[in-house]
Amino acid sequence: MFRLHTSLAAAFAVFLSAGAALAIEVKAAVLRIDYPTLLPVSRYDLPPDDLGFAGAALADEDNGTTGGFLGHTYETITVAVPPEDADAAMAKILEDGIRLVVLQSRKEDLLRLTDQAAEAGALVFNARAADNGLRDDACRANLLHTAPSHGMKADAVAQFAVWKKWTDWFLIAGSNPQDMALAEAYRKAAGKFGARIVEDRSFEDTGGSRRTDSGYVMVQRQLPTFTQRAEDHDVVIAADETDYFARFLSYHLWTPRPVLGSGGLVPTSFHGAHEAYGAMQYQTRFEALTGRYVRAEDYNVWLALRVVGEAVTRANTADPEGVRNYALSDEFELAAFKGQKVTFRDWNGQLRQPILLHDGMITVSVSPQEGFLHQTSPLDTMGLDRPESRCTAFE
Amino acid sequence: MKSLLLSTSLAVLMAVPAYAGKAFISNERGNTITVVNTETWEVEAEFFAGNRPRGITASPDGSVIYVCASDDNLVRVFDSTTYEELPSLPSGPDPELFILEPSGKRLYIANEDDNLVTVTDTETRTILAEVPVGVEPEGMGMSPDAKFVVNTSETTNMAHFISTEDYTIKHNILVDQRPRYAQYTADGSRLFVTSEIGGTVSVMDIAEDGTPTLVHKISFEVAGVQPEWLQPVGAKVTSDGRRLFVALGPANRVAVVDAQSLEVLDYILVGQRVWQLDFTPDEKYLLTTNGNSNDITVIDVAKEQAIRSIQVGQQPWGVVTIE
Repeated sequence: MFRLHTSLAAAFAVFLSAGAALAIEVKAAVLRIDYPTLLPVSRYDLPPDDLGFAGAALADEDNGTTGGFLGHTYETITVAVPPEDADAAMAKILEDGIRLVVLQSRKEDLLRLTDQAAEAGALVFNARAADNGLRDDACRANLLHTAPSHGMKADAVAQFAVWKKWTDWFLIAGSNPQDMALAEAYRKAAGKFGARIVEDRSFEDTGGSRRTDSGYVMVQRQLPTFTQRAEDHDVVIAADETDYFARFLSYHLWTPRPVLGSGGLVPTSFHGAHEAYGAMQYQTRFEALTGRYVRAEDYNVWLALRVVGEAVTRANTADPEGVRNYALSDEFELAAFKGQKVTFRDWNGQLRQPILLHDGMITVSVSPQEGFLHQTSPLDTMGLDRPESRCTAFE
Repeated sequence: MKSLLLSTSLAVLMAVPAYAGKAFISNERGNTITVVNTETWEVEAEFFAGNRPRGITASPDGSVIYVCASDDNLVRVFDSTTYEELPSLPSGPDPELFILEPSGKRLYIANEDDNLVTVTDTETRTILAEVPVGVEPEGMGMSPDAKFVVNTSETTNMAHFISTEDYTIKHNILVDQRPRYAQYTADGSRLFVTSEIGGTVSVMDIAEDGTPTLVHKISFEVAGVQPEWLQPVGAKVTSDGRRLFVALGPANRVAVVDAQSLEVLDYILVGQRVWQLDFTPDEKYLLTTNGNSNDITVIDVAKEQAIRSIQVGQQPWGVVTIE
């Protein structure tokens, strides 16, 4: 408490002496929809109650410290609701005068809520939904994405596999629509980087019983036979967005091969063991504040609010239009603990960023991989590039 | 070739056999300090320096070496002749870089995790003040008249100008992303601040009363190297104010900049992930720590050429030289 006092006093004194700074009160909201879902395959993946919100708390601290020197204050409210209450929650946020909203929801809800926000002139950040369509024909002018897309993640995996010369893929996709959408991203990535899908199978979601004593016995008997008689392949690529089988694959294949994608080596925007590029400092701050390891969801929310912070600091604006314009301008850049600055694609509002490849314990590699070149930015080798995106809302 | 050899051997013969200078290199991962003889360029010793040693500096008379033992949350102190450990200094949590005022009395330490600059008295070994600064304080520079300490905060992206009289911040200047290091010219008229992720060096003119004005940003370009990897970290200016050397991290190069015109003149290839720099006291050589190749590179300052590399400990981070 004492420290807070001195820091505010010191900051205030300088702010006064500088004279030119403009006091800005920045208010934002994080709205999270909690969907009824089955338990994750691994207990380690159980979502904490403050998933995403913890990233907002850290962002408020980080932005607030900087703001202290400039006369800017930051306050972010966090709201978690079941799907049926989402529209009312968004209405309340807008009623309270908040025009900067970070959303953690699925595609359909995201689009509806973004349109609701647009009517009030609010800017929305997508911190969860990975669907390519949101960066394509379903894009919205008031929607920016800090969450990476399926395309970016699949391309990150594909580049690594190709760099390793593991170009013959056995693709195993889940049977739910989200799994099939992800599988499509991997098929596209294979074509983009010169890998071949030599075997393409769907693993039917018939429900599991992993918690029963005999659950693993079934997995151990079923998966080898399921993966039998596949064409010769270098790796198995798993597309399991709903999280029901991919984590079992690594040790239950007929032919022993590395697994990448939804199991084995997983692409992610961030994880709690990432140390390089100054990330230790981020991890230390996050853990001291929240008492747990960071999740990608927390990082995506933190990024969104840091984008707001940069706009306020550099362009003196917390107005949704002003933040959007600054974020999409050439002046915008943000350090994000991944070795290079992150910026926005001005054709679809997607944050271009490196993708970490995580084996559950360490950062195995970071994509884009060496040798994948691009005329604008190597980061644009991942996800929808300007000529590919059908988004017109940013023109 | 023959004449070169001849002139080199002559130079060696004619060199005054003064007592050899030393360079002390902190090895972040190896938890040691490597001592290199700056005449023979041989490794003389390696000793335990605490956990995660990073920032390193010497007392004005060269008798004492200070090192930020980041994971021990203190500054460790060593005798520069015997390498014996002396009583430590309190530093506040996670000290990364620091700067000693010319008198050798007060040490200004950046506490990366706590958004503080800690001022420690090296004689009484007590903390004199804690100054709140931006998020992730790192770089520490001091004006030659010792009136201002400049701290750079990596996530706030500011250079904070702290008065050494009352320990309050007098000026804040926004710079590009992830500022790493602050270096004044010897006459105090200019300040250079490197930005690792922004890829630039901010140049400030400093008025008589210490007031900074941002006047220019130096950028870098190397054919065949992705712009993303040109990440300015450590920097040093020659005392005559002619040349600025900038370590470019994963680009494995040190940029040579005309410190007057601010034009980039050349890039010197050194070891991998070049981090911090220090001149030998006579400014004949510039030493670079190369974190990924576990060595240091010696640059001939007059010729602006790398002349040799010396293997040191694991992940060399900082370097300081004494006579």
